[in-house]
Amino acid sequence: MILGTTVVLALRAINRHKLRSFLTTLGIIIGVAAVVTMVTLGNGATAAVREQISSLGANVLQLRPGQGFGRGGGGPRPPDFKEQDLTAIANQLTGVRAVAPIVQSSGTAIYEGNNWSTSVYGTTSAYSEVQQWKVADGRLFMPEEEEAGSPVCIIGNTVRNNLFQRADPVGKRMRIKGVSCQVIGVLTTRGQGGFGDQDDVVVMPIKFVQRRFTGDRDISQIMVAVDDAYDTSVVQASLEQLMRERRKIKPGADDNFNVFDTKQISDTLTGTTTILTQIVGTVAAISLLVGGIGIMNIMLVSVTERTREIGIRLAIGAVASEVLTQFLVEAIVLSCLGGLIGLVLALVASIAIAPLMQVPFIFNIQVNLIAFAFSAAIGVIFGYFPARRAAALNPIDALRHE
Amino acid sequence: MSADPIISLRGVTKNYGSGATAFQALKGVDLDIAQGDFVAVMGPSGSGKSTTMNILGCLDVPTTGAFLFKGRHVETLDRDQRALLRRRYLGFVFQGFNLLARTTALENVELPLLYRGEDRRTRQIAGMAALDKVGLKDWWDHTPAELSGGQQQRVAIARAIVTQPDVLLADEPTGNLDSERSVEIMQLLTDLNRNSGITVLMVTHEPDMAAFARTIVHFKDGLVERVDQGAMA
Ligand SMILES: Nc1ncnc2c1ncn2[C@@H]1O[C@H](COP(=O)(O)OP(=O)(O)OP(=O)(O)O)[C@@H](O)[C@H]1O
Ligand SMILES: [Mg+2]
Repeated sequence: MILGTTVVLALRAINRHKLRSFLTTLGIIIGVAAVVTMVTLGNGATAAVREQISSLGANVLQLRPGQGFGRGGGGPRPPDFKEQDLTAIANQLTGVRAVAPIVQSSGTAIYEGNNWSTSVYGTTSAYSEVQQWKVADGRLFMPEEEEAGSPVCIIGNTVRNNLFQRADPVGKRMRIKGVSCQVIGVLTTRGQGGFGDQDDVVVMPIKFVQRRFTGDRDISQIMVAVDDAYDTSVVQASLEQLMRERRKIKPGADDNFNVFDTKQISDTLTGTTTILTQIVGTVAAISLLVGGIGIMNIMLVSVTERTREIGIRLAIGAVASEVLTQFLVEAIVLSCLGGLIGLVLALVASIAIAPLMQVPFIFNIQVNLIAFAFSAAIGVIFGYFPARRAAALNPIDALRHE
Repeated sequence: MSADPIISLRGVTKNYGSGATAFQALKGVDLDIAQGDFVAVMGPSGSGKSTTMNILGCLDVPTTGAFLFKGRHVETLDRDQRALLRRRYLGFVFQGFNLLARTTALENVELPLLYRGEDRRTRQIAGMAALDKVGLKDWWDHTPAELSGGQQQRVAIARAIVTQPDVLLADEPTGNLDSERSVEIMQLLTDLNRNSGITVLMVTHEPDMAAFARTIVHFKDGLVERVDQGAMA
């Protein structure tokens, strides 16, 4: 028997029983849509986290005074770092790509009656190298501006939007903590991260911030970018050794500073999102399986319902394998159709939900293919068994069926 | 009428169930049907008429005994071979019409041709010709729900004859129809028998209907009681 005939019969049967066909397909539609949407959004979330992490700078060691988060307790506050520490790190350690000092302050920025409370970072242009921050508009500090501690600043996008709205801020003068400064650049947008709004910042030459805001020459934090060719943990160990020597810590005594490897956060966060994606994906896969069982269920019921029809077909000369093929083709067509509709729904849902979750939409061909192949396979497997039962019926018994 | 019977049953028995509930519906039926005959099968309820028709229609197999169709043993054939025999040589009309629901008259009639692998055009021409023969040409696009009982049975007959079978088997084809519709169906069967040369076997309870046949076979208690020849001659 020609396969085309069975396909014609299967399509006719689907067309004549639209509600039944729809219900059969529904499980697969929901299953496929759920799996693909979940995995797509999960991948987007992972990518978003990676993006945020890379904003911390890859392989960056953060050197801070004190014993680190939540430790230290009483006693005198450990001293901040000096400029000599900076030069020592840059000159005596191997595997250091760039070193940037940071002095942090905060205050209100004012421009033509708009004011905005923000963070002020005093640093050098090495900061842009360490953090892989780029200037979208304008320029970085000139060496002579750094040397002199000139009143120039580079602003983040949030500050720009709140102070300047649509106007071009480069070249304008604004006031920060009551001091006038010239805007020389705007940073590229980095977005809302797990670490707060990273665009809500004003970056200035460190000497300016020290002189006008903090009043001393201390450095509260040093960022050390490790060269890709070197092992971060080795560089971290030698950095710790160097600082112990420079801060004259006796052997056996605790450090009065801490070195934090940003890669630790990155690994932890990436791991967490990957696990989350896997869990959500598994749950969605189970729903796809449930959809498949739904197909099997409806095929079984439909075979029972259609026993007389099967009897008629057998009585007028259909061979069992033809009835089987017809049911199989019906199941495959329905589940493939369901799979396709599910994929389209997933696409629409992902595109709609991704911006709400503030994650990028990433089309993953693999997930789509796997989900579709799985739905087709479900059609074949779960369509086959009820169909075989149908075809095995004796025509007379099938006809007598009420 | 040719000398060689188209259908022969020899010592055919049929048992239903097993053990305590076992029941012998046919107890050794011997029967010859000549090519081109119009046979009415009569007998009390439960005497085995339908059981015999199902065996003749290759829908069921005898428990013991031989069934020869055109000189070939059918009882030794497997399911698929019997299906092909039905497809090639037999047309079956049931008491309950047994049309596919939500399917037009033409599509119902075309169905056996579809299983024969005929192309769309051939199916349509033959299907319309068969519908024309039963007088339902203008009703081709109606579904069973939109047709009267008599019309449905005529569609069923069109479906049975669309393949130009050698034998048309009808189990109480008028059982669900009033006498006027019944006479129409009988005239149709007579016409098919005379003008298309189809051998017709028909189960009926009504002597009026049986009167259309040439041969009447009487069943009783799972056996052929007697055969009346030439009722119409
Ligand atoms: N599938 C079956 N299982 C068990 N017994 C059956 C089955 N089919 C028929 N019988 C029994 O076999 C006997 C013959 O049945 P059959 O249907 O051949 O009778 P019939 O002559 O066609 O009767 P009616 O005129 O009522 O249609 C009956 O006693 C019936 O109960
Ligand atoms: Mg009967």
